[in-house]
Amino acid sequence: MENTKSPAESRKLLDKITYDLTRSIVKRDELTNFWYFILIMFAAVGLWGWIIQIREGLGVTGMRDYVSWGMYIANFVFFVAVSLIGFLISSALHLLKISWSKPISRVAEQVAIAAVALAGIIIVNDMGRPDRFLNIFLHGRFASPIIWDVTVVTTYLVISVLLFYIPLIPDLALLRDKGTDDIPKWKMKVYRILALGWKGNAEQYKVVYHAMRILMILIIPVGLSIHTVTSWLFAATLRSGWDTTIFGPYFVAGAFVAGTAAVIMLMFIYRIRYRLKDYFTEYHFDYMGKLFVLVCLVYLYFNINEFWVPGYKMKTAESIHLSNLFIGKYATMFWTTQFLGLILPIILMIFKYFRRPLPITIISVFVLIASWFKRYIIVVPTMEHPFLPVQNVPENFVNYRPTSIEIMITLFSFMAALLIITVLAKMFPVITIWEYAEEKGISREIITEPKNQGK
Amino acid sequence: MKALGASVGVAGVLGSSSLLSACNQVETTSGDTIKLLTSSGELVEVKKSQLKPAEIPSLSENQKRGRKGLPGRKWVMVIDLSKCRNARQCMKACQNHHQLRPEQHHINVLQMQEAENTAPYYMPKPCQHCDNPPCTKVCPVNATFKREDGIVLIDNERCIGCRFCIAACPYSARIFNWTEPREADKYIGVTYNIEANVPQKRGTVSKCLFSADRLRDGKLPSCVSACPNGVYWFGDQNEDAVTNGTTHETTIFSELIRDNAGYTLMPELGTKPRVYYLPPKDRAFPFQGEIEEHHS
Repeated sequence: MENTKSPAESRKLLDKITYDLTRSIVKRDELTNFWYFILIMFAAVGLWGWIIQIREGLGVTGMRDYVSWGMYIANFVFFVAVSLIGFLISSALHLLKISWSKPISRVAEQVAIAAVALAGIIIVNDMGRPDRFLNIFLHGRFASPIIWDVTVVTTYLVISVLLFYIPLIPDLALLRDKGTDDIPKWKMKVYRILALGWKGNAEQYKVVYHAMRILMILIIPVGLSIHTVTSWLFAATLRSGWDTTIFGPYFVAGAFVAGTAAVIMLMFIYRIRYRLKDYFTEYHFDYMGKLFVLVCLVYLYFNINEFWVPGYKMKTAESIHLSNLFIGKYATMFWTTQFLGLILPIILMIFKYFRRPLPITIISVFVLIASWFKRYIIVVPTMEHPFLPVQNVPENFVNYRPTSIEIMITLFSFMAALLIITVLAKMFPVITIWEYAEEKGISREIITEPKNQGK
Repeated sequence: MKALGASVGVAGVLGSSSLLSACNQVETTSGDTIKLLTSSGELVEVKKSQLKPAEIPSLSENQKRGRKGLPGRKWVMVIDLSKCRNARQCMKACQNHHQLRPEQHHINVLQMQEAENTAPYYMPKPCQHCDNPPCTKVCPVNATFKREDGIVLIDNERCIGCRFCIAACPYSARIFNWTEPREADKYIGVTYNIEANVPQKRGTVSKCLFSADRLRDGKLPSCVSACPNGVYWFGDQNEDAVTNGTTHETTIFSELIRDNAGYTLMPELGTKPRVYYLPPKDRAFPFQGEIEEHHS
């Protein structure tokens, strides 16, 4: 925390911080409208694909009896993975009292909420009978990993929303009290309601801190569970490529890689678009880069275990699966994801030069795309090679190729996730104002005092 | 429903395998008789006066007894690989019985070759009806389950179509209705029979169920009866007796397995199948197929 300033200085600084951090809320230009238009248009196209699928059945996809899980499941795993960053940044790092990550918490929670919400939605889209969704609750069998997944994904969503909302309350009150006329009236109304009559006294702060601490601790087992349980959807089967004991930590490590990439990209976009150079500084990117290298190294370690150990033994079924990845049909995809999505980023980001905002963002783009394809590689090749031969079926049963409907619906999920993030960014400050102001040495009295006081 | 009454009734009289397969009725003739197609593909004539509506248990009753199974039984199948010559009558009968499309298989005759220099052979592969079934374990809604009599069944009125069971099955025994099932419009309004899993329903999983409906009627499964080559033995392990579907000869199950070195598929997986194989030794027919790729 910096030195205490005089009230006048503090007020001036707070005004500047508030002004900077509400830019995303105020700003509504052509570009914003265009962005919304793009998102909604593509999301609508995807929804249309979904309607076709509901009408015609899952036959409109490329999945058939052998490859019966395809792109949808890969996409689901991807979204669950990305959402895990909320747990890492706003809980784990917080509890370890690591302070550089504080301004990034809300970005991480935005990503977490959008990703886990979409994971929940798109898994319904993979069901043959979405109309029977309620059977999960009516006839739920607790021995099935799917029930565990439904439980933890829902819990994670709730905790993530709370972790987003609770530290937001003082900000909402601040905007309610100090909001300028540039903020649309309806947004001010929303702030007034959501601020829950926040007054900013010591007792209320205590409640917020207390609640946050409980949530941060609660989210640790839940966060670890969502991706571990998701990995068990595969590891609980007998299939080669999935039948492994390291799937839980392997998935969790991979999740941190994907999530870190997503958060870095978002930080960069906010930094440029909302002119937050002084908030998401080079220092933050540098540290995110170091975190990135760390999680990538852990993931690399698991990858080596996952592929090298069975590769050394080459048991019959495993060897078919692995040859398919190493030198067969999926070799290009496999090696590209390993090199562009893991090894090269690690090598580059060891150097400080590549941990600067632009280079690291470009690296993140590659890593995030590779993360998506990595999930595809985890799901599809294993299904293409069951233990018994695939015979007496048409060619499209043997080789899986996603159809345009599947691509449309997957596109919908991306657009919908971006839409959630955009709405959150447009609605609420992307950095916690009061926390940031306190870091800068502004006293709580000044943060909570009504507008124009002391001027 | 009423329109189907007559044909369904005849099926009952004929003791046909499935109440619904009688819907394959081709034509009716004038006079006292009616021509009907049985599930095994025979065209027969019956007196109209013999027709009476069959008793169809209500859906809930059917589901209830279908979940329980036949008390005191432990069904077991023995497949003699030395007899199989890929006639595929089992596949055909099965697809008729369970209203499957040509590419859908509850039982699939595979061309096998274990290793590079080993002899190729044909292997009919139904659901193994494991005693430790990986598929029922993972079902989130208890739509697939293990019955007392050893059969693993599916309730397609409850299945949500998540396909976890398909992923979990190491024998690729399960199929999914990706599109409208075969001749779906013909079976609109027909009460679901859990023990034959008909009518098939879009968006749900299906698989071999040892023709549980036929077993209830005291008959052998469709595939067993349809085989012209004596490949299949079927029976009750509690009685230690199995009957050959072609010759109708009954023998002692444990002896058959012991004397012929019977085995189960992939025992290392711990699934404990109820389907046993007799090795393809001294084969009655030479292997004439070509081993396809996609082998694992």
